Amino acid sequence: MGEVIATRAAYGKALVKYAEQYPELVVLDADLSGSTMTKDFSKACPERFFNMGIAEANMAGVAAGLAAAGKKPFINSFAMFSSGRAWEQVRNSICYPGLNVKVIGSHGGLSVGEDGATHQCIEDLALMRVIPGMTVLCPCDGYEMELAVKALLDYEGPAYMRLGRLAVETVTDAIEGYSFEIGKGVVLKDGTDVTIIAVGMMVQEALKAAELLAAEGISARVINMHTIKPLDTELVLKAAAETGAIVTSEEANIINGLGSAVAEVVAENCPVPVVRHGVNDEFGRSGKANLVLKAFGLTAEVIAEKAKLAISKKK
Amino acid sequence: MQLDRIKELSAIAAKARLAGVSMVYGCASGHPGGSLSSMDILTMLYFEKMNIDPANPKMADRDRFVLSKGHCTPALYPILALRGFFPEEELKMFRSIDGHMSGHAEMNHVKGVDMSTGSLGQGLSAAVGMALASKMDGKTNRVYALMGDGEIAEGQIWEAAMSAAKYNLDNLCGIVDVNGLQIDGATKDVMPSEPLDKKWEAFGWNVIKADGHDFESLDKAFDEAAACKGKPSVILAKTVKGKGVSFMENNAGWHGKAPNAEQFEQAKAELEAVIKEMEG
Repeated sequence: MGEVIATRAAYGKALVKYAEQYPELVVLDADLSGSTMTKDFSKACPERFFNMGIAEANMAGVAAGLAAAGKKPFINSFAMFSSGRAWEQVRNSICYPGLNVKVIGSHGGLSVGEDGATHQCIEDLALMRVIPGMTVLCPCDGYEMELAVKALLDYEGPAYMRLGRLAVETVTDAIEGYSFEIGKGVVLKDGTDVTIIAVGMMVQEALKAAELLAAEGISARVINMHTIKPLDTELVLKAAAETGAIVTSEEANIINGLGSAVAEVVAENCPVPVVRHGVNDEFGRSGKANLVLKAFGLTAEVIAEKAKLAISKKK
Repeated sequence: MQLDRIKELSAIAAKARLAGVSMVYGCASGHPGGSLSSMDILTMLYFEKMNIDPANPKMADRDRFVLSKGHCTPALYPILALRGFFPEEELKMFRSIDGHMSGHAEMNHVKGVDMSTGSLGQGLSAAVGMALASKMDGKTNRVYALMGDGEIAEGQIWEAAMSAAKYNLDNLCGIVDVNGLQIDGATKDVMPSEPLDKKWEAFGWNVIKADGHDFESLDKAFDEAAACKGKPSVILAKTVKGKGVSFMENNAGWHGKAPNAEQFEQAKAELEAVIKEMEG
């Protein structure tokens, strides 16, 4: 079993790791540096860290100005606020001019846990995906997160990346030569009967679901789709053609996130059954993270059920 | 300031006003009122104060300008054209599907524009970011942001104001075009913004009052702003909405409306008379 670490923790470490190599990197936070894990960067590089207070709209706009002047700003808050509160600033001040700002949404999804629905952002992937030119990432574990931070530092242009609060098992480090390329999904396990395309912490659940299915004699392919936009359509269509059924899994509203992105591409090019697994268009609620996830069906067991449902829809 | 220079600037501003009104007339849309009110401010900045090079619009150490009241491209675009960033001929492409002169300020397609704006309340934040970047790099360039007195009802302006004071951005100069009118009527009725001086002072800014149509007053105000150390400055520039075209002056109805042919001819005649007088 790999290291158990939250992607937000790995993100915080990666910022510090790459600080010297990327002198133009500047980090902005909105009074949540202890939670978004930018605190270590603020101590390591105080002259390149700006705490903008509880004012996410201004933080997004200041980052746009910093980028226009040649810096590489990463702005940080909870997903609810960096993608929600500041949505229009992200759209008009950052994405429309195509400025090189990385918008980071920590504490994405229901696994925020106790704080409840006001802070359990299930809409960020959808909100960011719909903006023209926006890149949307959600790495699944700590190892992949570090690779993603490096990829974002090398990428010129606006991008959104979701981080998770909950510590999760690291699975990608065990794969030899694992590389991270924006816009390229990764097959973590091959299979022939159905494909589970997952993002973020649902990737680990998808791998467990594949084991449950294997016990029943069902061969499931598992794809880690860390980039929701631009979507790796080639990999999706290959899975559709070769396995004939798809389940998508995300810790987000099933509307306009990964599931919608996959369904759009499959419907247009290679129609096969697609079953979307995620939050079924309802607000979350307070509770221990694992219990909230279980209450909303964000588990390996439910993914396995959805996989069987997808297979049953094959003609 | 020398009287000759004031006359030269007055002629430039009148030419820019004529070009701006022509742009709005040409495409039958746009925002003449707030563009005309801010024209003398822009003339002062681009022809007297800012360190810029029209041949090298992306010059690294240039002074930067953010049109936070981003609708007022019929002021900014003519000023940039007259300053030599692009031929005046291009202004005919304003708001045209065939051209690159978008309705609101656009940094990627219009030479000399430092920030894309148009959604009100966002420009001051971008200017704060630019000023912050200059401070980090030890540069001495200045950053300007022009806001409307209606625009500053947006809460983000005050978030930006707090952050500029926090980081002691004395290289940042805000200007509020205080014309007292906005699209739905008088600012005092729509959402009272006064007392502006006390508000900006309370947010940690050095407040300077000026007559936004008097070049000597503006000259002094920008020099005072540059001389102030340790905190950002804001110039509260008292202006007349629609300034320079008699029937548009002090009339909220001309916020976002194009003149008809007869009205355009009258505006043209009035502005040409000013140009002739100043150049005569």
